[in-house]
Amino acid sequence: MGEKILMKGSEAIAEAAIRAGAMAFYGYPITPQNETPEYFSRRMPELGRTYLQAESEVAAINMVYGAACTGTRVITTSSSPGISLMQEGFSYIANSDVPCVVVNAMRGGPGLGDIAPAQADYFQATKGGGHGDYHSIVLAPHTVQEQCDMMYDAFDLADKYRIMVVVLVDGLLGQMMEPVEFKDWADVKSYKTPDWATVGQGERSNRNIITSLEILPEDLEKMNLKLQEKYRTIEEIEVRFEEYKMDDAEYVITAFGTTARIAKTSVNMARKEGIRVGIIRPITLYPFPYAVIEKRVNQVKFFFDVEMNAGQMLEDVRLGVNGKKPVYFYGRLGGMVPTAEEIYTAFKKQIGG
Amino acid sequence: MKLIYKAPDTMTEKDTTYCPGCPHGIAHRLISESLEEMNLVKKTVIVWPVGCSVFGYYFIGTDAVEAAHGRACAMATGIKRVHPESFVMTYQGDGDLASIGIAETVHAAARGEKITTIFINNGNYGMTGGQMAPTTLIGQVTTTTPYGRKPEANGFPMHVPEMLATLDGPAYVARAALDSPQHIIQAKKFIQKAFSAQAKRLGFSIVELVSTCPTNWKMTPVESMERARKEVLPVFPIGEFRVIKGVE
Amino acid sequence: MEKGVVISGFGGQGVMLAGELLAETGKEEGKFVTFLPSYGPEMRGGTANCHVIISDEEIASPIIDHPEAAIILNLPSLDKYEPLMKEDGLIIINKSIVPKEVKRTDVKILQVKAQEVARDLGNEKTMNLILLAAYVEIEKPVSIEGLKKALRTFLTGRKETLIEVNEKAINKGIEIAREFLGVK
Ligand SMILES: Cc1ncc(C[n+]2csc(CCOP(=O)(O)OP(=O)(O)O)c2C)c(N)n1
Repeated sequence: MGEKILMKGSEAIAEAAIRAGAMAFYGYPITPQNETPEYFSRRMPELGRTYLQAESEVAAINMVYGAACTGTRVITTSSSPGISLMQEGFSYIANSDVPCVVVNAMRGGPGLGDIAPAQADYFQATKGGGHGDYHSIVLAPHTVQEQCDMMYDAFDLADKYRIMVVVLVDGLLGQMMEPVEFKDWADVKSYKTPDWATVGQGERSNRNIITSLEILPEDLEKMNLKLQEKYRTIEEIEVRFEEYKMDDAEYVITAFGTTARIAKTSVNMARKEGIRVGIIRPITLYPFPYAVIEKRVNQVKFFFDVEMNAGQMLEDVRLGVNGKKPVYFYGRLGGMVPTAEEIYTAFKKQIGG
Repeated sequence: MKLIYKAPDTMTEKDTTYCPGCPHGIAHRLISESLEEMNLVKKTVIVWPVGCSVFGYYFIGTDAVEAAHGRACAMATGIKRVHPESFVMTYQGDGDLASIGIAETVHAAARGEKITTIFINNGNYGMTGGQMAPTTLIGQVTTTTPYGRKPEANGFPMHVPEMLATLDGPAYVARAALDSPQHIIQAKKFIQKAFSAQAKRLGFSIVELVSTCPTNWKMTPVESMERARKEVLPVFPIGEFRVIKGVE
Repeated sequence: MEKGVVISGFGGQGVMLAGELLAETGKEEGKFVTFLPSYGPEMRGGTANCHVIISDEEIASPIIDHPEAAIILNLPSLDKYEPLMKEDGLIIINKSIVPKEVKRTDVKILQVKAQEVARDLGNEKTMNLILLAAYVEIEKPVSIEGLKKALRTFLTGRKETLIEVNEKAINKGIEIAREFLGVK
């Protein structure tokens, strides 16, 4: 740990990724996260690491795929329309068991939409997006500091499970400045090329082949089952969430990322008026913290889900609640950011206040 | 009083979203005038790109569609194939056309798709704040080439008309510039030839227009025109690279 | 303690710089700090603004719905924030180009011909600092010494020559604030 530096989220995330050991960045410009690749373009050459502006996001994710096959810590960052273009690559990466980190600074959609903060890519990130039965680990920070700390986790998880890790942020987190303290530099010199990497056979006794193709259905099923086994392990041990003022809560707000942060203010407003409400904030969106929702079902009167979309995480909250309590929803769309007061007012309506 | 200048009727009254001194407006005017003079306005569908001209449909008053970034030539192909009577044109920046959309562009050209592309080369990504484009010159500083474009790291500028001229599909391939009155008059001639190639169903036609970007080049409009003349045109020379029989 | 301020004006009036300087000062004084520049639909319509919060505790939402203090540099900003102000809130107005009177009677108003004052100090661009210093002196989210120290970390290299006039601006802001507060 070092001193605190006042930094923009979109630049701090790049610095954190670099310190966490990102050896290569491939990407394509897109608002609202241009400062991130621009930051990499300054810093990576300074450190003798790789920075390349790809000709498109399709190319960028396949460059990432290539680098990932060599076991190198590699990252790309983009925003919703660019992430849509990468979905094919995500699917290939998933069935190749290679590690990489992808940051999506979500913006208003669908289509070209706008460049304002949104959370409408939840389904895409957590339920696939590309074809086939796959998952990526999805992390959702809600402060600049958390986002920086999470970049270390992202690379570690990616390597541990040989999986793609998505960090879902938005333009609000990217534009704002907060003091951040970076963790120590990862010791990149200690990284060894993993034994599965495709870098040339060298001294190895076997050839390495990385492919997502398995033409015989019975073999592809086996391959899928292995993937599913990996997902079950992740679901068992990698779930992360924050509970905010839940101990005595009679009501719970569920929210992730920026929305959760705003909702914390709403909760504080409510508590000033004596309303006992807390927040469950999933930090891993996949694996989703169903267990904590189940645990709180009996304690609270209802769940109130808030998102900057039309109700996406809502479906997972409902799965967790499993019909045992009402689940209400408040959302803003198209890049509109709810205010704390707005959330509080909508919430109060449900308790008949 | 004698009327000596008026904006083409096809251009709308709306204020543009372009920065002061940006030549997108000149290109819009040349296109509008040419569509009017060639009596094409009512048949025209313009496929607009993602880039600074993303709101082009507010400024040129024809039927219009807004393509995904880089996909204009594919979208135009889709329209033209089912509506051969329509006059179909794409308007694209260098990032849109030569980076993310180069495959769509090359294949539309190779197929001899009967569409016209107006290609604005301003040497960077204007809309997103001045990143490197495929047309960025060696040594040029952009927000993603902070140490200047280096061939070892970023490769070389792409000469799109010269590349497309090697194909059999294009009927007309040219490059003009928007830096001086003479060049602008010449650019209009090239645009009209490109339009005629489509009108006569001769094949794909494209005109690259060497433009400027005062905001991201951090120059005054006049300085940027001078830079275009002194530094860009020697690398991207004006000329007609492929003109098949019948184009006029 | 948690204090939030909205600084709002045209691009080029030093809105972001003033906000960043305040945030940097807060950080240096060991406080929790958020600096949020205009985002989303806010970016349209002639105002550039930032929300700065300085707190002893972790900050929840970085967005200020109802400012308890606002530094208003142009007319559209007044139109926008006057109705949003908290009761008893403080509006500091750049009177040089905002001649309009504030209609609300439940807020505190400090009007300063900031551009003229800044010009007299020798640099019209320091008007953002005059108003920022006045705010700091009245609301005390950070210390004035801290503000001056942070200023020096901002103005390095070729900008070092600007330190003097900016410090004068800060002192002027303090003077204006003290007059407003009725202290000698
Ligand atoms: C899939 C996708 N990737 C990236 C973007 C972001 N983007 C918008 S415009 C643009 C580049 C524009 O540059 P250019 O085509 O040269 O046109 P100019 O703005 O210079 O006129 C980019 C990368 C996007 N909208 N969609």
